[in-house]
Amino acid sequence: MAALTTSTAAANPRRRAMRQRRNIAVVFVLPALLLLGALVVYPVLFSAGRSLFDASGDRFVGGDNYSEIFSDPATLKAIRNSTIWVVVAPVLLTGLGLVLAVLTEKVRWATAFKLVLFLPMAVSFLAAGIIFRLAYEEDPNRGVLNAVAVGVHDAFDDRSAYPTARARQGQGLTGDPGGAYRTADAVSPGKSVSLGFVGVAPDKMPSGARPAHAASLAAPAADEVKGVVYLDFTPGGGGKPGKVDPVEKGLPGMSVEAVRDGKVAAKATTAADGSFNFPGLDAGSYTVRLPAENFAAPYQGISWLGPALVTPAIIGAYLWIWTGFSMVLIAAGLAAIPRDALEAARMDGANEWQIFRKITVPLLAPVLTVVFVTLVINVMKVFDLVWIIAPGPVQEEANVLATRMWLVSFGGGNNQGLGSALSVLLLLLVVPAMIFNVRRFRRSGA
Amino acid sequence: MRRLTTTRRTTAAASTVLALALSATACGGSPGPASGQELSGQTVTVAGVWTGSEQKNFRKVLDAFTKETGAKTVFVPTGDNVSTFVGSKIEGGNAPDVAMVPQVGVLQQFAKEGWLEPLSEKTAKTAGANLATVWKSYGTVDKTYYGLYFKAAHKSTVWYSPSAFEQAGVAEPKSYTDMLKAGRTLADSGLPAFSVAGEDGWTLTDWFENIYLSQAGPEKYDQLAAHTLPWTDASVVKALTTLGEVFKDKQLVAGGSAGALRTDFPGSIEQVFGPEPKAGMVYEGDFVGGMAKDDFGKKLGEDAKFFPFPGVDSGKAPVVSGGDAAVVLKDGKNKKAAQRLLEFMATPEAASVWAGAGGFLSPNKDVDLASYADDTTRSTAKSLVDAGDSVRFDMSDQAPAAFGGTKGAGEWKLLQDFLRDPSDPKATAAKLEAAAAKAYKS
Repeated sequence: MAALTTSTAAANPRRRAMRQRRNIAVVFVLPALLLLGALVVYPVLFSAGRSLFDASGDRFVGGDNYSEIFSDPATLKAIRNSTIWVVVAPVLLTGLGLVLAVLTEKVRWATAFKLVLFLPMAVSFLAAGIIFRLAYEEDPNRGVLNAVAVGVHDAFDDRSAYPTARARQGQGLTGDPGGAYRTADAVSPGKSVSLGFVGVAPDKMPSGARPAHAASLAAPAADEVKGVVYLDFTPGGGGKPGKVDPVEKGLPGMSVEAVRDGKVAAKATTAADGSFNFPGLDAGSYTVRLPAENFAAPYQGISWLGPALVTPAIIGAYLWIWTGFSMVLIAAGLAAIPRDALEAARMDGANEWQIFRKITVPLLAPVLTVVFVTLVINVMKVFDLVWIIAPGPVQEEANVLATRMWLVSFGGGNNQGLGSALSVLLLLLVVPAMIFNVRRFRRSGA
Repeated sequence: MRRLTTTRRTTAAASTVLALALSATACGGSPGPASGQELSGQTVTVAGVWTGSEQKNFRKVLDAFTKETGAKTVFVPTGDNVSTFVGSKIEGGNAPDVAMVPQVGVLQQFAKEGWLEPLSEKTAKTAGANLATVWKSYGTVDKTYYGLYFKAAHKSTVWYSPSAFEQAGVAEPKSYTDMLKAGRTLADSGLPAFSVAGEDGWTLTDWFENIYLSQAGPEKYDQLAAHTLPWTDASVVKALTTLGEVFKDKQLVAGGSAGALRTDFPGSIEQVFGPEPKAGMVYEGDFVGGMAKDDFGKKLGEDAKFFPFPGVDSGKAPVVSGGDAAVVLKDGKNKKAAQRLLEFMATPEAASVWAGAGGFLSPNKDVDLASYADDTTRSTAKSLVDAGDSVRFDMSDQAPAAFGGTKGAGEWKLLQDFLRDPSDPKATAAKLEAAAAKAYKS
């Protein structure tokens, strides 16, 4: 009896202590639980419920919003783009980070180098977006990338003198598909031709250009074809189309060819008054031709923000920001690799590439996975860069799930039912990556 | 002890606020004398999208109201999206008294949500006398008059550089065909005709609306705006074909369609009035003049002129317009003072305050044209008032935002695609109808 009493007496304080401990634990966990509940669990459940209702929120539509996701072309484009993002960006980032981390380990100014690469992380997405929006600008006078592209291109290929010029319609010149012009009627030696062009602004005219009127009247010898290439437009109006009016100027520096039976018989370049001359031609019929080089439009660079390239271009901006992040994490992992393994391999005669492939990468695998999975989750929710860099006309081509969700629910669509369905889809896509990460943490904790 | 003090202090503060609120309500309840200080001690909060000089000039109108009634006024900027702003303020129990609503669609939405107070008899009477019926009907939802149109925009003006016209030897065209002909002559002179701001979808909808209003007539325009006429109608295809004539012509569009799609609205003005002109004309509303003046130092009427958007085919010259309507919110705290403010805004005196400051057109026909700051504004104002009931509100502003007001979607996006490739107006019309059907349904 006494023994029994003692044992209950002994058990009671223990149980009480346990209960007390549990209570204290609950008190400590409660604020976090409440916050999580209010800020995460409740919104998730609410969105899931909201996704089953229509735009106004009054009518239950079941799975209609979900079926619309997979039938609406704009949303399908967003899903496609999100897929491209998730497949391409984390792989490139992890790869780049790994290469840079390994390389920086071997250079002398490693810290400075890493610092510079890490700096973009300190720039907000908004600012980075604006920077890249400007860099990708298509006008070579504004966008630095196209300024480089055009500069390189023009170094190898001269600009044409009259990119905007075109022949006056119906005045004896016909255009070839390639951009060249030829006389519609045959010309035989002893004749002269006046070739009228329009579309050259007065300030784009070469400064030495002189009126073509006198030259157009010069009589050719029996074995030559003479003529003028002139700007068939009288400033202020009043000129007659097809006629060389007194003030109308010649177009100097234009290359002209006399073509016979498809072969170039003579070549000339126009003088300051636009005149040209093919002396010593055999009798027969010729066509006077102005090759396309005279009119080639200037090279405009690459359409970075056009419908085709806009997503790769934005991914490029994303790489610029995040490379530093993956490099620093991987470099930290690299520093923790046991040196003796590397030394041993070197002693055994392995070259650097073999060491990299057979030792560094396998030992780094845990770090690489963490970086990769973190980036997958981050890439899923990319929003600001896409929003800022994509210009209006290609917004739809650049949309990812997150921007599409915002547009549908708040940015004019005002269909929060469909928007909620999209957010649920996004959540479902992120969940596997989250579970994977949580499991890894648990394993490494245990 | 410490806790007690805080509580006591809070209670004291709360009761002061309560007392203030009570006295304010008391003031609101009793009709003041009709002197210059009838509303003294009251505050009217006005929400609107305006920023910068527009906000400054609107404050002048509010100041004039204060002078007349003694009521204090506060202007709250809403950011771009009035409807989201007002909605969240109402939910938060902090609604402004008056909101300036820039779209017919939003006004209707507010009315349907039951957020609006019908305007007072006096406002209705004043507005009835000095606004064209069409303006009143745009402010009316289900036979109740809710919105007073205070500021209007004239969206049927084609702006041009007179020196470019002189260089090319062309005069202001009187018909659409003439305009294209003048454009081609301009192109011959070496300057492409139009700068089209294709990167901003709304400028393209305005192009379409002008052509459609003139070509198909106001009845069809209203039907299309209400979406009782489908976009696949032959009249739409015809208007798109007419628009395509401009879009597909490299000589008429600076930089061709690819160049136009890279040009935003301020950029299109720069292309005509900037230091290096790349086009001779730019079509958009009366506000182009203000930007040419402020941003590029052009003198209106000398270095920057406009002609009315010419009639298409045998149609009348269109007058497409936009505007901001003042509405009184049900949840506002000072509804009486708010109604009084609208009564004031309905008078020509209120409008002439802003008219003198510039950047403003009034739909009010009693506003003395002499009160506008310059001749160019005066003639746009005259043209707007003279158009009377044939004025039509911007169609895309009447449509649900998903169709007519979203970057990269709906009408904006489809017209941009059409600018990129204008070869198939029929297909574009079909796509527009599909997008409209979806947007009007929800």
